[in-house]
Amino acid sequence: MTEAVLELAGVAVDYGRRGQRVRALDGVDLTVGRGEIVGLVGESGCGKSTLARAAVGLEPLATGTVTFEGHDVTPLGRRRRPQYLRGLQMVFQDPYESLNPRRTVGELIADGVRLAGGSRKEGLSRAAELLERVGLPTTAVDSYAHEFSGGQRQRIAIARTLATRPSCLIADEPISALDASAQAQIANLLSELVDDADLGLILVSHDLSVVRQVADRVAVMYLGRIVEIGETETVWASPRHPYTEALVAAIPHADGAGLLPVDLPGDVPDPANPPAGCRFHPRCPIAQDSCRELDQRLALVDGREIACHIRSGSAAPAGQPSG
Amino acid sequence: MGALLQVDRLTVALPTRSGYANAVDDLSFAVDAGEVLGIAGESGSGKTMTALSLFGLLPHGARVSGSIRLDGTELLGLTSKQLRAIRGRHIAMVSQDPATALHPILPIGTQLTEHMRYHLGVSKTEAMDRAAELLRTVRIPDPEQALRSYAGQFSGGMRQRIAIAVALAAEPRLLVADEPTTALDVTVQAGILRLLDRLCRERGMAVIVITHDLGVMSATARRLYVMYAGRLAEAGPTSELLGRPRHPYTRGLLDALPHPEAGGAPLVPIGGSPPSLGRVPAGCPFHPRCRYAQPSCATDRPDPELVAEAHLLACPPDPLWEIP
Repeated sequence: MTEAVLELAGVAVDYGRRGQRVRALDGVDLTVGRGEIVGLVGESGCGKSTLARAAVGLEPLATGTVTFEGHDVTPLGRRRRPQYLRGLQMVFQDPYESLNPRRTVGELIADGVRLAGGSRKEGLSRAAELLERVGLPTTAVDSYAHEFSGGQRQRIAIARTLATRPSCLIADEPISALDASAQAQIANLLSELVDDADLGLILVSHDLSVVRQVADRVAVMYLGRIVEIGETETVWASPRHPYTEALVAAIPHADGAGLLPVDLPGDVPDPANPPAGCRFHPRCPIAQDSCRELDQRLALVDGREIACHIRSGSAAPAGQPSG
Repeated sequence: MGALLQVDRLTVALPTRSGYANAVDDLSFAVDAGEVLGIAGESGSGKTMTALSLFGLLPHGARVSGSIRLDGTELLGLTSKQLRAIRGRHIAMVSQDPATALHPILPIGTQLTEHMRYHLGVSKTEAMDRAAELLRTVRIPDPEQALRSYAGQFSGGMRQRIAIAVALAAEPRLLVADEPTTALDVTVQAGILRLLDRLCRERGMAVIVITHDLGVMSATARRLYVMYAGRLAEAGPTSELLGRPRHPYTRGLLDALPHPEAGGAPLVPIGGSPPSLGRVPAGCPFHPRCRYAQPSCATDRPDPELVAEAHLLACPPDPLWEIP
């Protein structure tokens, strides 16, 4: 792998809910290299967005560290964000809410340039250049966000993050609010930007097909943990964790064959009260009695890491009994 | 036997700043009992307006013409009182957003039994029994407890399943599902698609599925209508349309989708975006975005024509436009 630009080690995030501690993210390790796209998939409530927010310092960590280009990513406070973190940027899901409706597109992008140390004049000239880079006409600088469609707005939001010349982007469901053809355009754009500018990108999406299309590596999350991580091709062609298998089998194919996708019964359990042992065992088709007790951590199997002691075939499981 | 729902030359005009514009333009289709019909297209293609017109729920000021017949009864022009007797009882709707489809401060049980008591005249206790049964059908765990709970106590996937149960409460003969699974995870989506399929087979219920997800279409609908800018672009058996699309727009939608078989090849988006209401170009509405457009496409508006058995195509046959 290339040089790591962003590294998460043992990251846990807690939310307080009615005086109760809810562990939304539980001991996640993840690295992103330059020029690499890491896809992050899983059902809602699995902690994907929490991970994305923790990665850019929007969530305080309970344990673990996030390191960006050798610097600690400190949670965003009332003080200005330090200069060395300017290269770490986030693209949000909803381009209808992430752009200020009362400022022109040029001003929005110029702000990013100014934050990175440029002058206002520089900002406005780079704004035009960046709009061109994301496939919008340079005349858009004088328009307002509401004059654009969803896909175009997401391009503007991306242009704004590019203004700080980032080396790592975190995109939280950047395409799920868009139309089918706009989704393809934004997915392609992100992919190009990563290649051109040698960026690292964490792409969070509940749409597995898109992740499969653009990501170099994919991490599958379940209830606050990564349960399988590896090269996208490897994971997709032969998923090894039963949860990944279920996700892949649930995708309907547009091949006209009329086959119904395979169902995974049950819902994601409440993270405030996770099941003992393997967190997936209540829904797992291959669960055995031992799964109720063994809390298997990630282990290397067939060229990717999975957290399943049955599939990793360990007679002497590496996991420690929980509780 | 005639179709359960017969829509003929439906046109819906909405007021815009520059006068009325057609959100649905001359659309005809029919649905048989027990059949799943799919309507696909991007936002602004008129899918949702088509659905709303079936329920008499169009926005204020909309002008409708054409004909919508349910089992021979004309729905257009009915009074709101007459429509109330049909809505929920004979046709029901599941909308996209499970967060807003349910009432936040009425217990689930009340929302589920309201239809039954109004339309079927059953007693309160019997309605509650039936409601529990419905929740079991849509696989809500502990139905008795769920009947006393409120919408906010359920996850998005469960809320959407409850919304489907509400729509099914009075045993409608036609269910209109507008993007029923778009906001859901693939695993929950798979469960809902299987449920709809079972209801069609077991109860002979007809379903109109409206979505831009051609994967969902392929899994459920036997026939598919592809709409663009309020007009029909192509219609036919789903396997034929997805396997061998003849309209450049259908083809474009398919190319924009990630294909499991295509590996890491970049997606091919359709250039540009769909026209907004009132700015639909002359001629074929798709011609500015069409890779195969001819000069005549800018002037001549193509009407859907039968090109094979049950296969309608609104694109003039052209030898240049042949799919490999």
